[in-house]
Amino acid sequence: MALFEINDLSVQFDTNDGTVSAVNGVSFDVNEGDTLAIVGESGSGKSQTAFATIGLLARNGHSTGSVKWDGKEILNLPEGQLNKIRSSEIAMIFQDPMTSLNPYLKVSAQMEEVLTLHRGMSRREARAECVRMLDAVRIPDAAARITMYPHEFSGGMRQRIMIAMSLLCRPRLIIADEPTTALDVTVQAQIMDLLRDIRYEFNTAMILITHDLGIVAGSCERTMVMYGGRIMERGTTAEIFAAPTHPYTLGLLDAVPRLDRREDVLPTIPGEPPDMLRAVTGCPFEPRCPLAFERCISVVPPLERLGETRVRACHRNPEEVVR
Amino acid sequence: MLTSRTAARSLETAEIGPAIEGRSLWADARIRFFRNKAAVAGLIVLIFVALFALFGSHLTPWSNEEVDWSVLGNVEEAGRPSIATRHFFGTDALGRDLFARTVQGTQISLMVGLIGAMIAVVVGTIYGATAGYYGDRVDNIMMRIVDVLMSVPYMFVLILLLVVFGRSVLLLFVGIGLISWLDMARIARGQTLSIKNKEFVEAAHAIGVRPATIIRRHIVPNLLGVVIVYATLLVPNMIIYESFISFLGLGVQEPLTSWGALISDGASQMQYGTLWMLGFPLFFFVITLFAFFFVGDGLRDALDPKDR
Amino acid sequence: MTDAPLLQVEDLQVTFDVRPRGAWPWTPSLKLHAVGGVSFTLEKGETLGIVGESGSGKSTVARAIVNTIPASGGRILWKGQELLKMGTSERRRHRQAVQMVFQDPLAALNPRMKVGEIIAEPLITHHPETPKAEVKARVGELMERVGLLANQINRYPHEFSGGQCQRIGIARALILNPELVICDEPVSALDVSVQAQVINLLSELQRDLGISLVFIAHDLSVVKHISDRILVMYLGRVMETAGADELIDHPVHPYTRSLVSAVPIPDPVVELARVRPVLEGDLPSPLNPPSGCVFRTRCPLAQPSCAEGLPPMLQVGPGHASACPITAEEGVAATA
Repeated sequence: MALFEINDLSVQFDTNDGTVSAVNGVSFDVNEGDTLAIVGESGSGKSQTAFATIGLLARNGHSTGSVKWDGKEILNLPEGQLNKIRSSEIAMIFQDPMTSLNPYLKVSAQMEEVLTLHRGMSRREARAECVRMLDAVRIPDAAARITMYPHEFSGGMRQRIMIAMSLLCRPRLIIADEPTTALDVTVQAQIMDLLRDIRYEFNTAMILITHDLGIVAGSCERTMVMYGGRIMERGTTAEIFAAPTHPYTLGLLDAVPRLDRREDVLPTIPGEPPDMLRAVTGCPFEPRCPLAFERCISVVPPLERLGETRVRACHRNPEEVVR
Repeated sequence: MLTSRTAARSLETAEIGPAIEGRSLWADARIRFFRNKAAVAGLIVLIFVALFALFGSHLTPWSNEEVDWSVLGNVEEAGRPSIATRHFFGTDALGRDLFARTVQGTQISLMVGLIGAMIAVVVGTIYGATAGYYGDRVDNIMMRIVDVLMSVPYMFVLILLLVVFGRSVLLLFVGIGLISWLDMARIARGQTLSIKNKEFVEAAHAIGVRPATIIRRHIVPNLLGVVIVYATLLVPNMIIYESFISFLGLGVQEPLTSWGALISDGASQMQYGTLWMLGFPLFFFVITLFAFFFVGDGLRDALDPKDR
Repeated sequence: MTDAPLLQVEDLQVTFDVRPRGAWPWTPSLKLHAVGGVSFTLEKGETLGIVGESGSGKSTVARAIVNTIPASGGRILWKGQELLKMGTSERRRHRQAVQMVFQDPLAALNPRMKVGEIIAEPLITHHPETPKAEVKARVGELMERVGLLANQINRYPHEFSGGQCQRIGIARALILNPELVICDEPVSALDVSVQAQVINLLSELQRDLGISLVFIAHDLSVVKHISDRILVMYLGRVMETAGADELIDHPVHPYTRSLVSAVPIPDPVVELARVRPVLEGDLPSPLNPPSGCVFRTRCPLAQPSCAEGLPPMLQVGPGHASACPITAEEGVAATA
């Protein structure tokens, strides 16, 4: 049995301009200690997928389908029960740590609260544990700096504090939503290294949500590519990068300039990322797809298995999807 | 993330042809405003009050200073609102037609509110935008002047002026105009500071657009949303100031009147059971204020750039 | 005409006055050295990439060149003429010849103006006498040039996507036929698939119109792709400069090396096989930069001597200079 099992998850938002489908029929699972990357551009629904699974959708959003945590259905559970799971078993790391840190409270107060509330520790025990965690995320001089305010730390340090906080209750799964997008490259490398070490040390599974294919390549065993609220392709990272079987994955991989390659003109995907308000009858990637044909306009390509580890959603045969 | 992109949708499918008219932010705001039922109701009330002030005098044979000698001495009975006597709102304690007086009071009160708000918009916006755009020392000096003016107890000064120089509508306008723009200047300055740091202002600066043109073309239009909202909320405040002063008996001079003066007169007659003298002016006063607040709220929701 | 290079920057210094919080009006403000001693030359038709992390001063260099932030020291020579000593008419000519493309595509466009008005603004500002029909024709022509439909001229910026807004910004920068376009992080706010479109558009325009580009970004792979030469900056100072491929293949300065190794490569085979020395720590405060070499607090090779005196730019190969005396010798050996 998988640790985290998502089946046919869909997310809708009610807006002034009508109902918007952000996620359509997404399924995946994450096992103990597993790493899964959800890759996509803006409007791909990658973040909303993650938010929906742990009940963090905005007020105007609602989700259908099934989300099983440890075999138990948790989708649309009452807030209280979800809170319990979120505080002790699934941790979330956001792009901007300042959104989840209270600027008016010392770091120590915010970290200790987690432990005193959820694990019933005394203040002193909590403090010791917090310092230990800050040490684990390699914050120098943690014992002294724990009494500082969030704004006194740099962006990279704040992200470390967030990671330390998320680890306090020994979660079995960390969901990291663009954790390094706001950071400089050298700091990004630090944080990604840290996340990898932490996973080994605490044996946590991780879902990494990102638009950066480079980070995925170095940190996740499995990859799921999303576009327009649907899964385009899912498989082990090695397979996906070595032999993409979806035109979108292929185009995306080619469109990124690489340090180790020299090309005069970057191959591009024409057009713009999808408009979420537009109802799509067929494949969401069809308007930009170089291989699209009539069926793509009207029929949503079903997710089909391809080998042991892989699924894809494309009307073309895998052999037809080549550079 | 889920913002309105309806327009972008039609973009992709657009055929090359005659230029497509875009939907400006103003047009967007108008659509959103008219979707807001409370605001539209407020707007209708305001239109009704304005029509009342403009054309109300044609509906009654009485003028605002004419005394109806037939009711004098028996106002409690003969001065009641009645169609037969053509005193639709009754008469005041001196036998003058209350309908005509309310029409005239509405004119004065609305005028005070609108002129006060207009001075605030024009002076406050330009003053605030200039201070905010030039920043640094200019900003410091200009805003300290505002601080000094704000710390003057204007109500006290205004009352003193009215007492010393005698009551006049002109002085009332001057007094209200002097204070109304101060808050607006502060608001405009704050907005300008944030707009000034936007990249499009920097772009204009890099292109070599002159500062005055930058303020006029790039800053003021983006300021206007907030200014309009605040101005709409300022009108009722001005009306309240004026009414307060008139209530104290220091506002407009007889035979002219205003809502404050009428309410004051009506209140002083309450003990004789002539409640209509208080009721009619108060009704107009209250619905107008409510309407302005609703419209202001509607405008704020419509012009708020947050949801895009 | 002289044969002076298009743009020559010599020992550029930019300082900002920073008021300490809660200071009295008369207390002296702190000096923040955003840019210290940056020098480079740019030839006609060349693309110079400036790469650096946040706080490196790369955007400030751009703004000093377009003259929206005054330089506090050093010289900027435009075709051999010093920028700060230009008369009004020469300054106007410089303003027309140097245009800028901004980072946030939507924020760089006035939301209350129509796209046509936005693109035409430079033309109307500098040539107010241009007949309306000509302005419109020119705007339409440029819109098509950057890949927009000319019939969108009356639309407003919020009706466009990020990539399209950036195209509008590029069209605005091109309307005066500039000789130099400075792009400040032009693609970092865009989606990956759109990023490639804009990069291609820029290099195509650069090639076809023969303009020079200064391309500023934090993403080394993007900068490498588009640039002929790269300048690496850290905390307001130049660390290394070299031809684009040379810099990536043979980085000499320890900072460049860690930067190159920190950039992830979207290929699991390559990425997992890489040994990357991860740079420790964060950027020091620019208000209180380290003495000597500004990079020494994070440098894996730092020695006590690094704290004494600014390291000079040392030539390590043809067109390749690095500000690190410790690695210079091995750098000369490696590039030879």
